[in-house]
Amino acid sequence: MLHCSEILLALFLLSDLVLAAAGRLPQAIRLVAAQGWLLGLLPLLLWDWSAKGCPEFRLFAVSAVNAAVKGVLLPALLAYAVRRARVARELEPLVSFRVSQLVVFALACLAFLFCKKLNISEQVASELAIPVAFTTMGTGLFLVCARRKAITQVLGFLVFENGIAVFGAGILLEYGLVVELGILLDVFVLVFVLGIAIFQINRTFSSIDTDKLNRLGDVHLLHPHHRRHA
Amino acid sequence: MNYLYLLLALVLAPVLPGVVNQTKAFFAGRRGPGLFRLYFDLAKLMRKSCPRSSTSTWVFDLAPAVSLAVTVAAAALFPWTLDATAPCAAVGVVPFFYLLGTGRFFTVLGALDTGSAFEGMGASREVQFSALVEPIVFVVLGFLVLLTGETSFALLSGCAAGSWLAHPVPLALAGLAFFAILLSENCRVPFDDPETHLELTMIHEAMILDNAGPDLAYILYGAALKFTVLAAFFVALLLPRLGAAAAPVRGLVLLAGVLATGVLVGVVESIMARMRFLKTPQVLLGAFMIALLAILLFVLF
Repeated sequence: MLHCSEILLALFLLSDLVLAAAGRLPQAIRLVAAQGWLLGLLPLLLWDWSAKGCPEFRLFAVSAVNAAVKGVLLPALLAYAVRRARVARELEPLVSFRVSQLVVFALACLAFLFCKKLNISEQVASELAIPVAFTTMGTGLFLVCARRKAITQVLGFLVFENGIAVFGAGILLEYGLVVELGILLDVFVLVFVLGIAIFQINRTFSSIDTDKLNRLGDVHLLHPHHRRHA
Repeated sequence: MNYLYLLLALVLAPVLPGVVNQTKAFFAGRRGPGLFRLYFDLAKLMRKSCPRSSTSTWVFDLAPAVSLAVTVAAAALFPWTLDATAPCAAVGVVPFFYLLGTGRFFTVLGALDTGSAFEGMGASREVQFSALVEPIVFVVLGFLVLLTGETSFALLSGCAAGSWLAHPVPLALAGLAFFAILLSENCRVPFDDPETHLELTMIHEAMILDNAGPDLAYILYGAALKFTVLAAFFVALLLPRLGAAAAPVRGLVLLAGVLATGVLVGVVESIMARMRFLKTPQVLLGAFMIALLAILLFVLF
């Protein structure tokens, strides 16, 4: 197992960097799906095979469920929402893609420095896991703040959740994986609801730009079509 | 021994674009022009006369020859057997990259000297890209210096000696960043399309439109040689445990790796479209971050 988990965590970091610059929604969704697959593999690679032997069935089950939900189901749902809402790209992000990439890189630096100070290398399965988890959480929160489209914000939320899952896998809690499954269910329901909400927002206002929602206030503005016909 | 392999590299350099083209032809289901097409092209061009515009000056006349000479000098600096005791091991890697930069400088001057607005545009783009690539080069070099503790070409021998196994992740990131350098410096697909003759998309090709005959042959051969040298650098960076082999084996593996890099570039060109011009700085910035990430991972872990 020549540093497999480290390579996987480095891929996670790379996907964060690329996500910050991903302008096309299908591309961003594919990246989040790839993160889901990596997340499914992560507990298996972090497992100490030579010392502890073959892990319990539970570990495989959690891996499979993680990969299936985060790598297939949620991305498919979001892709469906994107198709229905007919948006293809994030045209005017609040923070430009180049600056976003710099911000994510700065977040990574901070996370690495922070974890260097923490001195937790004894408790974790891989030294890289904790800073990568913090970077991914930071990237997710940043995407929620810095993007206009509701769908990109949902993606940001998913990335944030991926970061938490990396953290959980990294510190190898005894029942961490079971707790993870519970969180996964919450996330699934949340994204499901958000997907429907995005579709409804789009159908009502013909846009999923959340900035426009801030300016709502009047019944006439709520239903532009209604006003036109009145 | 080193010079023998240098000679081999000089002779084999025109095969590399052939390898890329054959790979692309394979992906497109064509027969392709053959591995040795560039040799025939060079022979044909060398027999031709060399018409030059009456409005251009000696700068234009000299530029192709100078840029070829400088590229050959850079190739001569490169340790083709990755030997830490080769004469070039005393020379730093920075002069090597600046020699390649000087070659580009003269190509750009020659293009500007024609006074054609079109070639000026190509020159401007070429310079813009190289300005963006240079920081990546230096960050990758900085990482290698940190990794091996050497500032000369001995750092490649250090890489080959097995630091790959000790630090696989940062080295892989640095390799990824260097691959972006390789593609951008050699005007390959995501950054520039060597096939195209459409003015809006041309960069390198736009600069050499006025060159003909032997001048064009110098430029084509110089480009192939630069590609070979940078690909050899890329291979030396990435091949683990190469240092354990004997010097002749190392040289042969290095040259085989260069051809394999050609296949890799061909695959990348076949499965990717050229990027929009405005998108390129974004991608180079990404490569820069990846290189910085390599240093970060190496320093902090």
